[in-house]
Amino acid sequence: MKTMYEEPPVTAPRSAGEPVVEMRDISITFGSVRALDNVSLRLLPGEVHALMGENGAGKSTLIKALTGVYSIDSGTILVGGEDHRFSTPAAAQAAGISTVYQEVNLVPNLTVAENMLLGREPRRFGGIDVRAMNRRARSTLERLGLDIDPRSTLGDHPIAVQQLVAIARAVDVEARVLILDEPTSSLDTDEVVKLFEVMRRLRDTGVAVVFVSHFLDQIYEIADRMTILRNGRLVEERMVAATTQLELVKLMIGRELEVLDRLDRQRARTHEDAVPVLQAIGLSRKGSLEATDLSLYDGEVVGVAGLLGSGRTELARLLFGADTADHGSLEIRSHRRRLRSPRHAIDRKVAFSSEDRKAEGVIGDLSVADNMLLALQASRGWLRPIPQATRNRLVAEYIEALDIRPADPQALMRNLSGGNQQKVLLARWLITEPDVLILDEPTRGIDIGAKAQIQAKVAELAERGMSVVFISAELEEVLRLSDRVVVMRDRRKIAERRNEGVSISDVLEIIAGESRAEESPHD
Amino acid sequence: MTDTLHPRNPPTPPSPPAAGRPDAVPPSRPGVASRVLANPLLWPVLALVALLVVNVSATPSFLDVRIQDGHLYGNVVDIARNSAPVLLVALGMTLVIATRGIDLSVGAIAAIAGAVACTRIVGAGDEGAATTAIMACTIALAMCVLLGLWNGFLVSVIGIQPIIATLVLMVAGRGLAMLVTDGQITTVHNDAFSDLASGYVLGLPLAFLVALAMVAVTAVLTRRTALGMLIEAVGINPEASRLAGVRSRTIIWTVYVFGAVCAGLAGLIIAANTNSVNANSLGLWIELDAILAVVIGGTALTGGRFSLLGTVVGALFITTLARTIPNIGIPSEANYLFKAVVVVAVCLIQSPRARSVLRVRRPAPAALTAPKGSHA
Repeated sequence: MKTMYEEPPVTAPRSAGEPVVEMRDISITFGSVRALDNVSLRLLPGEVHALMGENGAGKSTLIKALTGVYSIDSGTILVGGEDHRFSTPAAAQAAGISTVYQEVNLVPNLTVAENMLLGREPRRFGGIDVRAMNRRARSTLERLGLDIDPRSTLGDHPIAVQQLVAIARAVDVEARVLILDEPTSSLDTDEVVKLFEVMRRLRDTGVAVVFVSHFLDQIYEIADRMTILRNGRLVEERMVAATTQLELVKLMIGRELEVLDRLDRQRARTHEDAVPVLQAIGLSRKGSLEATDLSLYDGEVVGVAGLLGSGRTELARLLFGADTADHGSLEIRSHRRRLRSPRHAIDRKVAFSSEDRKAEGVIGDLSVADNMLLALQASRGWLRPIPQATRNRLVAEYIEALDIRPADPQALMRNLSGGNQQKVLLARWLITEPDVLILDEPTRGIDIGAKAQIQAKVAELAERGMSVVFISAELEEVLRLSDRVVVMRDRRKIAERRNEGVSISDVLEIIAGESRAEESPHD
Repeated sequence: MTDTLHPRNPPTPPSPPAAGRPDAVPPSRPGVASRVLANPLLWPVLALVALLVVNVSATPSFLDVRIQDGHLYGNVVDIARNSAPVLLVALGMTLVIATRGIDLSVGAIAAIAGAVACTRIVGAGDEGAATTAIMACTIALAMCVLLGLWNGFLVSVIGIQPIIATLVLMVAGRGLAMLVTDGQITTVHNDAFSDLASGYVLGLPLAFLVALAMVAVTAVLTRRTALGMLIEAVGINPEASRLAGVRSRTIIWTVYVFGAVCAGLAGLIIAANTNSVNANSLGLWIELDAILAVVIGGTALTGGRFSLLGTVVGALFITTLARTIPNIGIPSEANYLFKAVVVVAVCLIQSPRARSVLRVRRPAPAALTAPKGSHA
């Protein structure tokens, strides 16, 4: 098992042509966090280059270092062989490096042509030469094989077309490098095909295209070369054709070096005729999850594995009503329910702790006690405050049970460390005594001690009869805790296994799509 | 449990004495001086005191209070009495601002309340009776509840930005008040009604007592129930609150209704003060004074934690400021300019960044930061 994680030495495949951009030994530090640590990147003309890595690997930071959004602490950036350091994105663009971000940042109520030439409109008699502008926009669009009327209003087009206009805008300035940061995340299949056509055309004219995407199939379809990052470090540069999906997934996920305490726990028994506490049938939502079935039983931990963007978070949000499903149905204790809001789910004893602790969990300016009691208080309504004695008892109990530091109920939440904040959020939901507890990345970015405590708590809760959905990017953790493992990929569930003799490499293979096993839920 | 969980962890380095034992005595509190310095009320109170000092040096008898006919008289009593409308409006505004909102329509609502009450009194069979006044005020306040529901509907259900949503009523509300009064200045003769502004109870101005009572009601409403905590949660992090199951729609609706009722009460007091209502001028720009009072009191316009006591101090400050201008002999033409300068100065003093530039030192809240070693 150990050998599969050993990383071969960096082999830089040679191909024709001098790199148009070469970044060497780039380091960036934010406060005490090393966001990039001696990372190098080469972009060759006429290639699609994929930038790969999980959350926090440093992809966006690297792009922002190249385009002048962040200034680098050390390292060199060569553009066309010359040393460059861009202080603004505009300077990078002037040097031929254009970026299209995931969120289209154009002006919806201007026309397509106006958007494409915004800030560099052709002038005539002191005003804008509208006809010249439309002509130029039309020729650029035609060059990309796009049939879009330059005079139409941008906002009237679907997002996919707006994205293509953003690309057209980016290449209108004689781009030598075009960076596409997750351009496909909100597109459907046909739209992706169109986008790829445009990307190929650009590549064939000698542009170096940088492509960031979480969809492995898309990488294999369009990319020639890739650079893999992990935790702010360069793992390897590779040719896509020479790398199997399994190798790629291993390189991206890597492995946590530390060994956590083993959790000896009684795995939940099979439940031939048990009634699921929560059952999803064909649950789907456009752009985030394809039809998915899932059954949860009392007293078991269901682990959800999959890469970022695989649909693991989207599934959790649909089960909780944080987003509403387009199709499919949910049954809670055999009653069909439509969850229109988190509140509906909470009233039915479903709890959900979001992966985005800061934006969707922590109420920073309130005390630890208030944060802990928020969900319970919310479900009681403001007219029925929790009695002081109960408050004190619950807060003291959970501060002790979860070992929250500082053990001061009145400390402000924002002054706690990530791990302690996560424990407070866990307590927030445990206090509501849910039947189903959905934890999305409950151990991400927290220190090892807190991690072990949270894992132990999850195991204990399941033993006491709670049904837990445990989502994590770390496979070790998923396998250590779960009774069943659900594997997601490309916004759908691709496998479900009882966690009996399932190894990390089995799961990796499923994620990489090499063993497309039939679903085998065994129940 | 904690012992069996991480046997491999090195022994925990020294942590605060209370760690792990919530019933234990918390770590030693900072001294009295640093606690006073860390109190967010310090600066508004200091600003108010400074203003009073300026007044006393201009007119040494400024703080004198005398008793006449069993009532208290004097500048300070006048300030208390005159502060009632701003204080009431600011009170409601505090809660609205805490939810990340703002209510620009309070001046118009005050005008409507005054207009409704006065026309009711004039149109009643017995114009002078106390019951007539009570009836009229009740109807006016009921009207305010409706107006608050409208504001809350636009903000929480339709989802219009608060500043735009309440701008609707700010403009339309004055028109509504004009409709009620037929565009005339309506004068009333009702002793019970005018007592609301100029009456005394236990030697103190009734208007001030009404405002104080409202402060007490609000304090109970927000701090004895969970309303205050939920308002703050919604104001600090709306998405996290939604995911925790907070019914933010109800909360937001409640604060706009409450704000409208407070504004209505203010409108009644203003109308009672002149025994008349002019729909064009009643409560004009009071929303701005109220917002200022809230900000001076230490509640941030970005929402979140709010301070009712701070708002009280802020409202007193603004009213005192209005008194100060004639008292220290500033020509009335420079009135607004002076006010602007003082407000900017007070806001700067309150800003931690401005203070650090001025090298005014303030101790860090040491009790809140956990020692490094305790992050298990």
